[in-house]
Amino acid sequence: MFAVALPDVTTYPLRLASPLALFFAAFFAAPLVALLWLSLQGADGTFGLSQYAAFLGDGFSLGVLLGTLWLGLKVTAACLVLGLPLALVATRAGGWVRGLIILAVLTPLLTSVVIRTFAWIVILGRQGVINSLLSSLGLIETPLRMLYAEGGLVAALAQVQMPLMVLPLMTALARIDPSLWDASEALGAGRWRTFLRVTLPLCLPGLIAGSVLTFAAAISGFITQSLIGGGQMLFMPGYIYQQAIALQNWPFAAAMSVIFLVAVLAVVLGFNALGRLARGYAQT
Amino acid sequence: MSRSPGALDRLSFEGLLHALSALALVLLLAPTLIVLVVSFTDGLSLRFPPPGYSFRWYRELMEAWQLHYALKNSLTVAVLATILAVGLGVLAALAVARSPRLSARLLDSLFLSPLILPALAFGLSSLMFFSLLGWPVSVATLVLGHTVVCVPYVVRNTVAALTQLQPALLEGSASLGASRFYTFRRITLPLIRPGILSGGFLAFMASFDNIPVSLFLRDAATDMLPIRMWQDLEGRLDVTIAALSGILIVATIGGIAVMERVTGLSRRLV
Repeated sequence: MFAVALPDVTTYPLRLASPLALFFAAFFAAPLVALLWLSLQGADGTFGLSQYAAFLGDGFSLGVLLGTLWLGLKVTAACLVLGLPLALVATRAGGWVRGLIILAVLTPLLTSVVIRTFAWIVILGRQGVINSLLSSLGLIETPLRMLYAEGGLVAALAQVQMPLMVLPLMTALARIDPSLWDASEALGAGRWRTFLRVTLPLCLPGLIAGSVLTFAAAISGFITQSLIGGGQMLFMPGYIYQQAIALQNWPFAAAMSVIFLVAVLAVVLGFNALGRLARGYAQT
Repeated sequence: MSRSPGALDRLSFEGLLHALSALALVLLLAPTLIVLVVSFTDGLSLRFPPPGYSFRWYRELMEAWQLHYALKNSLTVAVLATILAVGLGVLAALAVARSPRLSARLLDSLFLSPLILPALAFGLSSLMFFSLLGWPVSVATLVLGHTVVCVPYVVRNTVAALTQLQPALLEGSASLGASRFYTFRRITLPLIRPGILSGGFLAFMASFDNIPVSLFLRDAATDMLPIRMWQDLEGRLDVTIAALSGILIVATIGGIAVMERVTGLSRRLV
């Protein structure tokens, strides 16, 4: 017998990644290094951490940062409360219901963010859908102020980012063997117990992935924040843009960007650590 | 015998589940539908429901040369960024997809990281970088910036397609004497084509809709459509923008339908 060792044809050499790696080094990593370098330029020409000290020592700036992270958590929670039931219904239903839900999730995902935000102006405005509905029902006399208010902003951001939560959840839920649900019920667990003890732990990886994407997108959702939030509510992206473009204060804008990047990264790593804990929990 | 968990448990769970799902569906779909309806108004305001229906704002749109110019720029940048992203992204995906090495895993995470990092911070850093280099902003800088934020879609979808590929097919081809390149051309490429196509489609859409990077890397000569729309909306509520939105929504749904047919897009979006 000939024992010809066949070359491994299922993998490709790692050097095929070098064009993109070089591209990333030149146009992704190098700009980030430039950002870091510029953020270390002090106002008086010195080199150091003075821009960071200015940001972190300023109550207003810290408030903007914390407000932005808090906004992200609220939007993520809203997406979870609405997205998890939707993903669960889609997974259990199949057929045309599932198709409808997928279309409902894909259309906003790929529609321009400007258009989706624009729609919310039409809904929330003084002459908007909600106000005309409420006043025609005689429930209000003067229009409610929903545009430029936090509740309206959370609703708009939740719609814009919901697909990022629903899609990973649908994938995670589809991986659960339906016989586990049957088994849980056959053993006497009710719907709530089955959900809390079987479904939720098993879909945690998808839930974490969805939360990370939703959170990251919600806090950097510059367009929705600026159009629905208006001038009264300032969040990190708008603050950075204002400092960089209107005030041309590049070193301060750079330091703010670095702080924002680090804060996002910390939250993402926190979510991922939770995910690892959760996987351990799901396996016990 | 199984114990009955009780009707209240079942009713409360299923009731809440379906109520929340219905609310989520309304939240997802209503805004798009409302914009579509409002764009056919015959009035001057964005009232819903409109007082009457007409095509007047769609006719108005034909005269809006600023929007035409911005649309042309956006399409140019999106096409070029997509070509670059697909070329670089597919090669990189081939390299990292099946490799067990740590360096491949790290590269994979690096190539996907623009999805998580705030694009606005990246846009600002690109502007600083190009101005340090002395490169004025242009279509070229826009394409380079857009490619960075669009490439993750190509890498992710191509890697997913590659991991679903049966290694036995490739080994079979090789054992029958096909060269590596022949196997790639005749087996691998046709099988991962749907993944590449859907990745390219998503990259195109992401570039066409990008604001945070364009905001910093364009100037008056390279006005981009989403930014023009955003600035028009900040100034005044313009029904012409509703008509443009109507056209873009229909084009997007058409694109989704075609890609769903050709590539099974929805199964690749995670």
